[in-house]
Amino acid sequence: MKKEYVYRAFERFWHWTQAALIIFLGVSGFEIHGSIHFFGYENAVQYHNIAAISFLILIVFAIFWHLTTGEWRQYIPTWKNLRAQAQYYIFGIFRDAPHPTKKTVLSKLNPLQKIVYAGLKVLVIPVMVVTGLLYMFYRYPQKYEVLSLNVKSLETIAVLHTIGAFLLVAFFIAHLYLITTGQTVTSNLKAMITGYEELEGEPHEKKIEPEIKEAALSK
Amino acid sequence: MKKIFFSLLLLGAILGLVLMALQKKSTESTPLSDLKKEYPAKTKPSVDHSLFPELKKKFTRPQEVTAACISCHNGRAEEVMHSTHWNWERLEYIEGKGIRAIGKRNILNNFCIGIAGSEKSCTRCHVGYGYENTTAYFTDSLNVDCLACHDNSGTYMKASEKAGMPDPSVNLNFVAQHVGKPTRTDCGTCHFFGGGGNNVKHGDLEEALFDPTRNVDVHMASDGVNMQCVDCHTAQKHQMLGKMYSVSSMNRNRVQCETCHGSMPHIDNVLNDHTLKVACQTCHIPVYAKVNPTKLFWDWSQAGRLKDGKPFEEKDSNGTDVYMSIKGAFVWGKNVKPEYLWFNGTASHYLVGDTIDSSKPVKINTLYGNYDDPDAKIYPVKVHRGKQIYDTQYHYLIQPKLFSAKPGDGGFWGDFNWNRAAEEGMKKINLPYSGKYGFVQTEMYWPVNHMVSPKEQAVSCTECHTRDNGRLAHLNGFYLPGRDYDASVELFGKGILLLTLAGVVLHGGARIVMKRKRQPKADKEAK
Repeated sequence: MKKEYVYRAFERFWHWTQAALIIFLGVSGFEIHGSIHFFGYENAVQYHNIAAISFLILIVFAIFWHLTTGEWRQYIPTWKNLRAQAQYYIFGIFRDAPHPTKKTVLSKLNPLQKIVYAGLKVLVIPVMVVTGLLYMFYRYPQKYEVLSLNVKSLETIAVLHTIGAFLLVAFFIAHLYLITTGQTVTSNLKAMITGYEELEGEPHEKKIEPEIKEAALSK
Repeated sequence: MKKIFFSLLLLGAILGLVLMALQKKSTESTPLSDLKKEYPAKTKPSVDHSLFPELKKKFTRPQEVTAACISCHNGRAEEVMHSTHWNWERLEYIEGKGIRAIGKRNILNNFCIGIAGSEKSCTRCHVGYGYENTTAYFTDSLNVDCLACHDNSGTYMKASEKAGMPDPSVNLNFVAQHVGKPTRTDCGTCHFFGGGGNNVKHGDLEEALFDPTRNVDVHMASDGVNMQCVDCHTAQKHQMLGKMYSVSSMNRNRVQCETCHGSMPHIDNVLNDHTLKVACQTCHIPVYAKVNPTKLFWDWSQAGRLKDGKPFEEKDSNGTDVYMSIKGAFVWGKNVKPEYLWFNGTASHYLVGDTIDSSKPVKINTLYGNYDDPDAKIYPVKVHRGKQIYDTQYHYLIQPKLFSAKPGDGGFWGDFNWNRAAEEGMKKINLPYSGKYGFVQTEMYWPVNHMVSPKEQAVSCTECHTRDNGRLAHLNGFYLPGRDYDASVELFGKGILLLTLAGVVLHGGARIVMKRKRQPKADKEAK
């Protein structure tokens, strides 16, 4: 077991900002939807719009980071060990069996995570962004009579946006719980806060920043 | 490197926020502050009419006043004679009915129903002297009543039941020497009392507007901008801007808030987005009839009950008429929330002789529009409901003769005999009367445009964007966020959340239980 630098500064910044924004968008969004009352309707609309734009900016930076660092490859779904991972959650975890996939700096996600996160990234988030933008700029009829842009009813847009919102809340609940299924109950959480995690196997030398290495060696 | 990058990013964000905050504090004049400066400034008349010798000679007939006026203002009387104020009708295109001359002269309503047979009384509010429904009367420019609109002395009034002649007590010389631009008093003398009493018809036009506070009407407020009717209802050649859909049907010549305020008057762009589909009035007139009640229901079928052979009246605890032998029973309302409709500026009307279906309320006028119509917006409307007389055999509304000059002339207000009133009234409009009458429910739609409240009192978001009982609860054909949802999506969403929660609880619970079971075993092994 070696302590490794798994989540780098931007990744953690991105994760926590995204978490805060999604929670905030969820609360304000479901107020706009009429399900809850919290900020007051006018504030909820205003906050939701500001948070949405912030989220878009964050997404642009995140995409840039994923592409330039090659980290996007982490999310490519795979069949390998998929069944084993599912079996682990259904049976192994209760018997204290070892994780079927080793978490390494080069492969942080297990096959189930890969599928779920890929689904979020290519399906749910894009649907939310597109319907969200349409919602924001929705006018019927379109100004200047651009007929091809005429969406007659907000209903389709709103319904898709609502479905996405429900899925994200479900993901959020499951995600909170799955955090506790790491090496220890809190190891995943600690890793996302500090960036370091005890991983099985040999440390991945290249990924360790020089000053960290020094500090580790001095111990 | 990284630290520098992030501190730069943070600095940039802070700088941006500071700039945004500074921008908002700008003290530049806004379109609204310009309007507030422009309108209270009253123009001084360029001449003093009290000095003209023409207006000093003794007037014995009001027509002599008109002659004196047009001796200088020549051609002006002819302009009036082209106006709706004079003709009480104009050519209007009505969908499905073609181009028709409609107006007070021939349109029925569900208040005092119509003027035919009661001209002597109703035409007290005509801008002429001695109304007669003849060409001779309408082509004589001396019959134009200049003073009704241009009196600035506040002493002019028309006599009741004298077809528009001035009250004998009026000093015509004094009034003629004190003329000017029409004031709220001039307009209100007729327009606030339509339907036979204060605020009966409109609900948003009533005597409180002679001297209103800002809370009653931000524009006309005596303690505010103190705008006069003609500040918005401007005129070119005596053709007034503005119309009412009780007697009009085309989308033209309307007074629009946007003329002064523009279509994007809010700082908040989300509010500005509303203006595409929501009329200004919808949010800015939260209630009408703010000071005195307006009639909401008028049941003519109750009229005619007598006590000891004499007509009587009943008032409620506020002193409002709830029953009159001559008119029937009423329901009044104060601080009324309007009803809301999609309205594109065109309307249809019940025209005399149109066949009705007495099994459902007859729409005296219909406001057109729906969500898909690019010209339609949501408008606040006063709906006046009633029960009025109709011919049960010919299936059309009856124009009864109401006003009675002398007993036995058939006027309902003298004889209290519906048969005779129907007979005389229908004779007036040249339609046969079968001799059999009944009472049918009717509805009339009056868009609400006045009594604009201060912005703090505007309708708030959740009065419409709410699941239950919102102001727009009955308006269909579009998706309203906060009100509408797809029931199956809601079910799916709540289902998936419950399943996830249940999964988490079960899975987590099982993990805890299993761990406890393993623990003693592990402890034993350790020993």
